[in-house]
Amino acid sequence: MDPFREKALNIIADVCKTDEVIRNPDVPLFESGLLDSFGVVELLVLFESELQKKIPITDFDRETWNTPNRIVAELEGSR
Amino acid sequence: MVPYTSFAYLGLSFLLLLPSIVAGLLGKRVRWYDFALTVAFVGIMFAGNREQLLFLIGYTVWQWLLIKGALAAAKKPGKTYLHYLLVGLSVAPLAAAKMMAVSNPLQTFAFLGISYLTFKCVQMIFEIRDGQIQEVSVWSFLSFLWFFPTLTSGPIDRYRRYRKDLQERLSPASYRLLLYEGIHHIFRGLLYKFLIGYLIKTYLLSLPLLKAATFYGICSYMYAYSFYLFFDFAGYSAFAVGFSCLLGIRTPDNFRYPFLSRNMKDFWNRWHITLSHWFRDFVYMRITMLLARRKLIKNRYAVSSAGYGALFILMGFWHGLELHYIVYGLYHAVLMIGYDGFERLNKRYKFWPGDRAAARAVSTLLTFHVACFGFLIFSGRLF
Repeated sequence: MDPFREKALNIIADVCKTDEVIRNPDVPLFESGLLDSFGVVELLVLFESELQKKIPITDFDRETWNTPNRIVAELEGSR
Repeated sequence: MVPYTSFAYLGLSFLLLLPSIVAGLLGKRVRWYDFALTVAFVGIMFAGNREQLLFLIGYTVWQWLLIKGALAAAKKPGKTYLHYLLVGLSVAPLAAAKMMAVSNPLQTFAFLGISYLTFKCVQMIFEIRDGQIQEVSVWSFLSFLWFFPTLTSGPIDRYRRYRKDLQERLSPASYRLLLYEGIHHIFRGLLYKFLIGYLIKTYLLSLPLLKAATFYGICSYMYAYSFYLFFDFAGYSAFAVGFSCLLGIRTPDNFRYPFLSRNMKDFWNRWHITLSHWFRDFVYMRITMLLARRKLIKNRYAVSSAGYGALFILMGFWHGLELHYIVYGLYHAVLMIGYDGFERLNKRYKFWPGDRAAARAVSTLLTFHVACFGFLIFSGRLF
């Protein structure tokens, strides 16, 4: 796996406290209750400190950043 | 004229919007006409109230200067204090108006809609700082701020979302779909506000029983008032969304069956959605982000609780400085922090089978009554 992708997925798994996001990277994070507003804050803080990606809060809209795969794609897009 | 409170207003709106509708069906967009409509409607809403109109104009000039300031400040990033100064200055007119409304109700300089306009301006200042808005023309600012379907009471739209809709070229077919959606919303508004809301107000809220200071009387008032509040406000919002659609703007919905919420978190995703999402994005998430990034508080639950506390207490103050509004905010702060703790514990120990039908029914019923009690506080009936 691409190291950037692996790192990003590990962060998401860390915040959601489950490996399900790595096993099934198409799981809808908000509908399934794995991620909430506080989780989003934790994600953004970790993306900034671990991946050097600064994503503004209002850029993280829940329709676009809905699954682990989509999040990785969005992060890569802003690389 | 207060929007959406009379058939005369609805009829006049429909008549004035006809050219926009015809143009839309032909796949065209007459932006200058839509802008003229906005100015005309500001005139209609504030007709006979010159003082409020002048306040609105002064307020708009003030906010425009602040937006210009924010755009200039964004070119030299890193000045955090400058950003918060601009946010403070943007909120200042609303805060001052609220304070004056308490001390001297007759002398206040507020105007209809000031609270909702403030949300739009503060949001723009934040997004300018975050680099998401890089330029703002005076026309798109005015067209966004004064967008007449939502001028007085929301729903609260976002600048970038609004602008995207404004610039989109709609084909006749996709405009027709939007038109149907708009008409659908307008009819829902009629049903909710002019029929159900009106009936509750006229036949239930006026009953002597509901005015009695007995337990039974207050309970009956609580449910009647809760339903009245919902149907009146959701009806208003449906009109606002409906008329937006006719102009090719997809203003976000404000309500999604709030009385069917499964818990308080769910409730705030269904009740006055654009308001709670505004507070979520610009208060809760900013505060928790600040605390998490600086590691000021170690405990994650404490960080989240601080965010909820700030959000709902601020929301209470936003409704007004009267005691019942502030208690309403505190009530929801306590509920959210409590529910958040419950959710965390349940994730670990799994003692509440939230997915079972029976558990769902119990939590939905409980949430309904807890929400209604909140509206009773909000109504000011208790104190």
